[in-house]
Amino acid sequence: MKTLQKFGFGIFLTALLLFNLLLFIGDFRLTEQKLQQVTSLENYEILRPELAPILGKTYNTSFAFSQDFRKYFGAYNTRQQENEQWDRVIWDDYTFAATKAASVGFVANNKLLLLLLTIALGTAGALLNILPKYSDEPAGIKHNGVMFSSNKSRGFIGIILGAYLIGIYVLLYWFPELIVNWTLLVDPLSQLLSGGPASQWFLYGTIYTLAILVMGVRMFRKYRGNKYQTLRTSSVMFFQLSFAFLIPEILVLLNKPWHDFKNIWPLDYTFFFDYRVEGFLNSGSIGMLMFVWGILLIILGVPLMTYFYGKRWYCSWVCGCGGLAETAGDPYRHLSDKSLSAWQVERWMVHGVLVFAVVMTLLTIVNYFSGFELLGQWTNTLHEWYGFLIGAAFAGVVGVGFYPLMGNRVWCRFGCPLAAYLGIVQRFKSRFRITTNGGQCISCGNCSTYCEMGIDVRWYAQRGQNIVRASCVGCGVCASVCPRGVLKLENGLEQQRIVDIPILTGNESVKVLS
Amino acid sequence: MREAKPIGDFCINSCGRRIVIIGNGIAGVTCARHLRKRDSAAHITIISGETEHFFSRTALMYIYMGHMKYAHTKPYEDKFWGKNRLNLVYDWVTHIDFEQKQLQLQQQEPIGYDVLILALGSTSNKFGWPGQELKGVQGLYSYQDLESMETNTQSCQRAVVVGGGLIGIEMAEMLRSRKIPVTLLVREQEFWNNVLPQEEAKLVSRHIREHHINLRLGAELDKILDDGTGKVKAVVTKDGEEIPCQFVGLAVGVSPNIDLLRNTALEVNKGILVDEHFATNIPDVFAIGDCVEYRTPPPQRRPVEQVWYTGRMHGETLAHNLAHQPVPYKPGPWFNSAKFLDIEYQTYGQVPSTWEKPTASFYWEHPDGRTCFRALFDEEKRTLLGVNAFGMRLRHEYFDEVLRKGATVEQVLEQLPTANFDPEFYDKHYPSILQAFNQHFGTSLQPRKKKEKKGILSIFGL
Repeated sequence: MKTLQKFGFGIFLTALLLFNLLLFIGDFRLTEQKLQQVTSLENYEILRPELAPILGKTYNTSFAFSQDFRKYFGAYNTRQQENEQWDRVIWDDYTFAATKAASVGFVANNKLLLLLLTIALGTAGALLNILPKYSDEPAGIKHNGVMFSSNKSRGFIGIILGAYLIGIYVLLYWFPELIVNWTLLVDPLSQLLSGGPASQWFLYGTIYTLAILVMGVRMFRKYRGNKYQTLRTSSVMFFQLSFAFLIPEILVLLNKPWHDFKNIWPLDYTFFFDYRVEGFLNSGSIGMLMFVWGILLIILGVPLMTYFYGKRWYCSWVCGCGGLAETAGDPYRHLSDKSLSAWQVERWMVHGVLVFAVVMTLLTIVNYFSGFELLGQWTNTLHEWYGFLIGAAFAGVVGVGFYPLMGNRVWCRFGCPLAAYLGIVQRFKSRFRITTNGGQCISCGNCSTYCEMGIDVRWYAQRGQNIVRASCVGCGVCASVCPRGVLKLENGLEQQRIVDIPILTGNESVKVLS
Repeated sequence: MREAKPIGDFCINSCGRRIVIIGNGIAGVTCARHLRKRDSAAHITIISGETEHFFSRTALMYIYMGHMKYAHTKPYEDKFWGKNRLNLVYDWVTHIDFEQKQLQLQQQEPIGYDVLILALGSTSNKFGWPGQELKGVQGLYSYQDLESMETNTQSCQRAVVVGGGLIGIEMAEMLRSRKIPVTLLVREQEFWNNVLPQEEAKLVSRHIREHHINLRLGAELDKILDDGTGKVKAVVTKDGEEIPCQFVGLAVGVSPNIDLLRNTALEVNKGILVDEHFATNIPDVFAIGDCVEYRTPPPQRRPVEQVWYTGRMHGETLAHNLAHQPVPYKPGPWFNSAKFLDIEYQTYGQVPSTWEKPTASFYWEHPDGRTCFRALFDEEKRTLLGVNAFGMRLRHEYFDEVLRKGATVEQVLEQLPTANFDPEFYDKHYPSILQAFNQHFGTSLQPRKKKEKKGILSIFGL
């Protein structure tokens, strides 16, 4: 078994290495024909002479190619702007599409083969490593050696991995033209699902979904015998694969807007942006359904479901960010900061983002109805800044890139505006709580250590208090790791939620209330 | 707190009195925290040479197994102590002068006190076996023990743990987490058989073997052999069998840690003798926690109780006594819990290893052999005396109440749905438990759950 697992890991690493090497393989040569494919006819006529110096020229790297492309493309726009010919400026960014089209050679010619050799083989290798895990041990908590692991405990491997993930997110958000070879790989899959070529976001979606599925299998092995964890993991795997990955692509195949039916504003912060709303309204009854469903989720779905089940119904059962955190992020859950000061920062930060998102959306709507006269381009600037700071830098780079450094819920805890909204409902109007079992707590600290949201669970448990916190996503790991059966996630009567019970049940001498 | 009666001559009660607590374990720290809540003026000092800050002793095993780091086992942040004006002194006390009311420390200046609280904890038992002082032979109680276990097992090929109790199985689990082959020597015929009834003991024994621990029942340690360099080479059992090993864990119980107090004016027996208010024979000197021996044990309690929960209760009660008015220590129904490798154990009330009429027993075991439930009750009055649960969680508050009220076994079994504390979606065991009970006793009990309002209207409190 051990040999098989090592073999699987070896395959995974080889596939990963090959995957990374692909970025440096092949040449980049843009021809007139290719340029015509990626631009509109009108722009093609303008760009062909402008880009003449690079057309037909062979570049060794995507970096060199895209630099030159930007240079000549930018030169044109600068000239128009200097001459105040605003209507002649080309606002579309063709860098990614042109670079992808320009890629020639081994990768472009062997997409399917390389897809199998990298992503498919890597997945197979990872599964080979994961499936036999703990097969020689009885079911139970598998945390042996977590704190000694270089990967899981901010050691050398953890830091390298964090840096790698951060690098990938920087490329994905701001330099997608440098990873066109990766997007070429998933072209066959994209053609199959949506009928079109793959964007960097399709690539991201594919890897994201695979990460949740493969690491979800790891959760099944790790929490074998724990029905709550098994069901919860199945749920996030299902929602990611269907709602976030397959259905949106099939919608595109049917000429409808790409839409994730489980994403909710303000996490889905572009929901009320004019182009989205127009997309809904122009897509017939299914577009209308998307729009109405999205609004119903915001005003009814969130409060009702959170009232009955706590915010866990979304954060650790449905959400895509939560899905990744709960599967691929599980090995890093203990790295969250449990200090009181971290909690203070968290409260200001996450609610600050919520205010930012709400204000931005309100301005957008006002601007829309005032016919873009009231605020003009200002809302666009606001959108760009939100997209850059919150959507990309926070949710992506910090949110996932910092898994091995600050734990798996950095985004959910400090940045997600939807989590803030759900949290306010959970804190003030919900039946959900984590019940403490009388005086059985031994203050060991397993619950606090493995709380991904950085809640000092023990602080409550050791004084017999129920845990009612806005940030709790209800992953249930505190209850799973508790060696004395002290914690239980419950939906119950609101009146019994916050009660003044003795700190220590079982002492008849005095009743000390907490 | 509301009540504010004078505490009279129970102890010095001047404003700004110096209260010194020796020991920063659960008893000492609980007492200090509750004293601080009630007496804002007192100067409270906690002395310990073990660690600078309070940590959870019960979590030592998890540090060794890599589940947590030492920092994770500290229930309060380091700044908590200063904020609450709890003065911490990190040093060992070498001598107590009860006449001058002064403590000598190993490194620092002597400290005077007005009120002294001894919360000295325990020390591992050693029963004079030849070779028990060899390198690689140790118990597990303190942070220092953990450190030495870390060094002692660095290049350990094989280990032996002596003692079939809670610390014994912990040490075995710790060693197994590092893939060290372990032999567990248990004197009794089943694991922890002096506390657990036969079936439960067998269940745990099976689980121990499932974890590839070489469990030797009915095996007693005779001596420990030297490899010639002062290190352990092997152990020899009373049957004459020699088991080679490089580490020996001695887990044969703990005793009150009272070496400091031998031959002083303080009365000690097995532990520091205290009355029902935790007062010793010397005025203004009190003792709580593991190191205590009750002169008159509370009903159904042993004179020395070395459990986390009793330590907490002592601390709570003594703080009340010192700051308000003396109340006698009166623990409620017994409760305890543990985790045997992967199997959780909870007990409420009295479940001894054997019993006699009129006590009767009902035992149910799941076919998986890892889950079981036992209820002891009075055969005539039907009152529930105690329960054991393995592999399932039960609600402490519920059992605390029914045991105090003297509910019957039938009432309690019918309410098992309420008593259940297992996570959501877990298999419900109470239908088959009730079925087994009905079959055995010819009853027809049905599970009852307290009705609770559900539905849309309950949102509005209707």
